[in-house]
Amino acid sequence: MLNFLSSMPGAVAQGIIWGIMAMGVYITFRILDVADLTVDGSMATGGATMVVCMTAGMNAGTAMLIAFAAGCLAGLLTGIFHTKFGIPAILSGILTQLILYSVNLRIMSQKANLPLSVEKYDLLLSLRDLRGAIIVGVIFVAVIIAVMYWFFGTELGHSLRATGCNQNMARANGINTDTNKIIGLVLSNGIVAISGALLAQYQGFADVNMGRGAIVIGLAAVIIGEVLLSRIFKNFALKLLAAVIGGIIYYIVITLVLKAGMNANDLKMFSALVVAVFLGIPFWKRKISEKRTAKEAASNA
Amino acid sequence: MLKVNNIYKTFNKGTINEKRALNGVDLELNEGDFVTIIGGNGAGKSTLLNSICGVFPVDSGSIVIDGTDVTRLPEHKRAKYLGRVFQDPMMGTAADMWIEENLSLAFRRGKPRGLKWAITNKERAMYKEMLSHLGLGLENRLSSKVGLLSGGQRQALTLLMAVMQKPKLLLLDEHTAALDPKTAETVLNLSDKFIAESNLTAMMITHNMKDAITHGNKLIMMHEGRIIYSVSGEEKSSLTVDDLLKKFADISGEEFANDRALLN
Repeated sequence: MLNFLSSMPGAVAQGIIWGIMAMGVYITFRILDVADLTVDGSMATGGATMVVCMTAGMNAGTAMLIAFAAGCLAGLLTGIFHTKFGIPAILSGILTQLILYSVNLRIMSQKANLPLSVEKYDLLLSLRDLRGAIIVGVIFVAVIIAVMYWFFGTELGHSLRATGCNQNMARANGINTDTNKIIGLVLSNGIVAISGALLAQYQGFADVNMGRGAIVIGLAAVIIGEVLLSRIFKNFALKLLAAVIGGIIYYIVITLVLKAGMNANDLKMFSALVVAVFLGIPFWKRKISEKRTAKEAASNA
Repeated sequence: MLKVNNIYKTFNKGTINEKRALNGVDLELNEGDFVTIIGGNGAGKSTLLNSICGVFPVDSGSIVIDGTDVTRLPEHKRAKYLGRVFQDPMMGTAADMWIEENLSLAFRRGKPRGLKWAITNKERAMYKEMLSHLGLGLENRLSSKVGLLSGGQRQALTLLMAVMQKPKLLLLDEHTAALDPKTAETVLNLSDKFIAESNLTAMMITHNMKDAITHGNKLIMMHEGRIIYSVSGEEKSSLTVDDLLKKFADISGEEFANDRALLN
């Protein structure tokens, strides 16, 4: 038990970092209504760019900005595949993801793993100081939520929401749905790259595989947040916060099951199955209610 | 106001599903004209409206709205000139967004959308006032999700959204077909009111021949992608449904085939 409790701050810190990633996923999955698999690649792009920029002598702030921009470019590529090549969104994301695997290796000079020592560089956060890491994470969460809240309250932000909600309506009201999809993908992957940059600092290295399965963790965070908090969190800013809280809960649960003896290699399977079940719940609910209606109709007949 | 010159549209060209939907359509509307469009299943009525909106490009011919050739413009750029209400009440509004958010989206039709706040308090007051004219009580539900509204309420809201920025051309594509008779009448009366108040140029597809006769100042009948009959003014208002059916049989050599039209 003591062992478990002492590992909590680490779970919370990691949960916050992945929660930031989940806010990026929220933009595509919930607002644009597409599942964007680019994030598996752009997470690592963010981390790789961060490490390379810092080891080249930049300060952490500049490096994070460049990491953000790199993520935006990844989203741009997916957006172009989707809107200009006419490739379905999911496949566009998979293509970019694969491209990013090579690009990320190039960024890291063909090394699969690059260290970023907290002793040598002035990092924003590190797992050596969990309290500090949590504080930095919370600040990033607050700033990103504030910026997203503002953006999605603007004319452009509204047109993005309309695009995700009803493309016919959007176009009939003069909204360029293609451009909006691209903007959404750019923004989403930029945020995911920030999360990757934070994760690289936190763990002290960037790895070409650090984003593998990221979409599943992001979806898990979004869905856990919604299932637990959608009844009380109606405001957009709170919905984003719910995704972050979902990320934290996800990491606490992961820590729990690992402490309980689950093989770490089975973790990805576990996460994917959890997400599959949660995605299935609305579908099953509908099936059950349809069956019930049919039964009632039959008994009334 | 609208000039449609000899437009052709064939879907799935060169395949077994090839369908010639528009077969040389010419149409000219003056400012303030309100034309009703009738025709059998697959006559090309909706295809004509969708061609004007730019849902798809036409194969040949040209479309000019108020002196601007829009033939090659994409759908979202033509939206500047057009107000649209669709047959499906779900199609004209964003269900997950609030009533006031939908209105603010429509209020910016044809204008650039930047990083200004999407709804101002002044606008909110204006929306309230506009909604109160619908007589549906929506003015007190500005922050209700549109998805919670009934089909009739959504259609009335879509109609308001289509006309709040005065369009050069209002396009109504069987916009009352999915509603119950009483609601359909309400929405149709609202349409008439908006068109009269702002002297709008409008096109309305309907399957109800009586409506086609009583509304508007022009009527066109389509068949196999062509306008086969067109009538206006006195001559139109003195028509009867039987006249129309007979006209159709005379010109096309077929019975009028629109299941819903015949049920009316």
